[in-house]
Amino acid sequence: MASGMTSSEYIAHHLTNLTYGKHPVNGWSFAESGQQVIEMGFMSINVDSMVWSVGLGAFFIWLFSRVGRTATTGVPSGVQNFIEMIIEFVDDNVKSMFHHKSAVIAPMALTIFVWVFLMNLMDLVPVDWIPHLAGMMGIHFMKIVPSTDLNVTMGISFSVFFLIVFYSIKAKGIGGFMAELSLQPLGKWALPFNLLLELVGLIAKPISLALRLFGNMYAGEMIFILIALLPFWAQWVLSVPWALFHILIITLQAFIFMVLTIVYLAMAHDHH
Amino acid sequence: MNMNMTILGQIISFAIFVYLCMKFVWPPLTAALAERQKMIAEGLDAADKAARELADAQQSVETALQQSKAQAATIIEQANKRASQIVDEAKETAQAEATRIKVAATADVEQEMNSAKEALRAQVATLVVAGAEKILGASIDVNNHKELVDKLAAEL
Repeated sequence: MASGMTSSEYIAHHLTNLTYGKHPVNGWSFAESGQQVIEMGFMSINVDSMVWSVGLGAFFIWLFSRVGRTATTGVPSGVQNFIEMIIEFVDDNVKSMFHHKSAVIAPMALTIFVWVFLMNLMDLVPVDWIPHLAGMMGIHFMKIVPSTDLNVTMGISFSVFFLIVFYSIKAKGIGGFMAELSLQPLGKWALPFNLLLELVGLIAKPISLALRLFGNMYAGEMIFILIALLPFWAQWVLSVPWALFHILIITLQAFIFMVLTIVYLAMAHDHH
Repeated sequence: MNMNMTILGQIISFAIFVYLCMKFVWPPLTAALAERQKMIAEGLDAADKAARELADAQQSVETALQQSKAQAATIIEQANKRASQIVDEAKETAQAEATRIKVAATADVEQEMNSAKEALRAQVATLVVAGAEKILGASIDVNNHKELVDKLAAEL
């Protein structure tokens, strides 16, 4: 915990993104407080979330494609073995849940799983290290866990949502998709009611995907921040067990996000 | 927590990462996995085949061994038979030879005896004549009494 701050200031500081945007008074600039971030509205971007998430995604692509280039069919060693394990794990999941032909779904499931996992993994970096380093370099705000930013989780889940709509229309045609939205569960005489129900169901998919991941990671991060408020000699009593437990949560959340994406896209392909 | 353009940035980066993954990550790795799966399957097949061939070879070795054993037994039996045959033949020959020699010897002895008898007879005849001459003191005409003497000699 940095000196010269109250606990609430410390928590608020740790939960504020490094945001660049168009402020009504200051123009295009970095926000200097949470209040300014709110004033900027939609015309702003969370630089820390973007840098960390894109960096982690690039790391994922770099690592996996490097292994893919040098992959041998003989006895795999070290990194290749580990990565093949992940690939097989994802492939098994996709094959068991998604029974249609698609060149996109499996690579997308892999991307979601590894990318979300890596973003969640940043939660295990002690909460003060990188923000403190950034502070020494003159950067006031630094949230290093992209999945605690609702924009990030929403970004992925709405991409999935677009694909749900795209594949629904591709598999059933616009008419079929509309019929599915409006003619069930109660038949054509309750069309408005059906439409309302099905639209809520449809929208709930991406929203729940995003909020589930965001909520878990935000809460986990919050607990790490609260633990960081304890005296330094007492922190490990709580932070070590929580970190160990959190390893399960970050893996589980990445897995859930991937599985639900596969399930939703399989449902989009299926005729009801 | 406010929504802003980060969500658009995330959608774009997500699309790019999925595209890159589809292009550079998924195909080579799954290809390598499929290739290895094929190789392992082939290896197992080959092992199976080798095991089958080994069993076949063992079978044929067994058969060949049995055949040669039987052959050897036959040969030994034949040889034994032949040997006893040879021995029998030799025995027979020897027996025949022995019989032949015995017969010849018996004939010889008989002949000798006969000739000895003849000679003895002749000598006896002479002796008888000489004895009679001496007894009678007179000469006996050999020619006149020849018939008598011969009869005498034949009775000896």
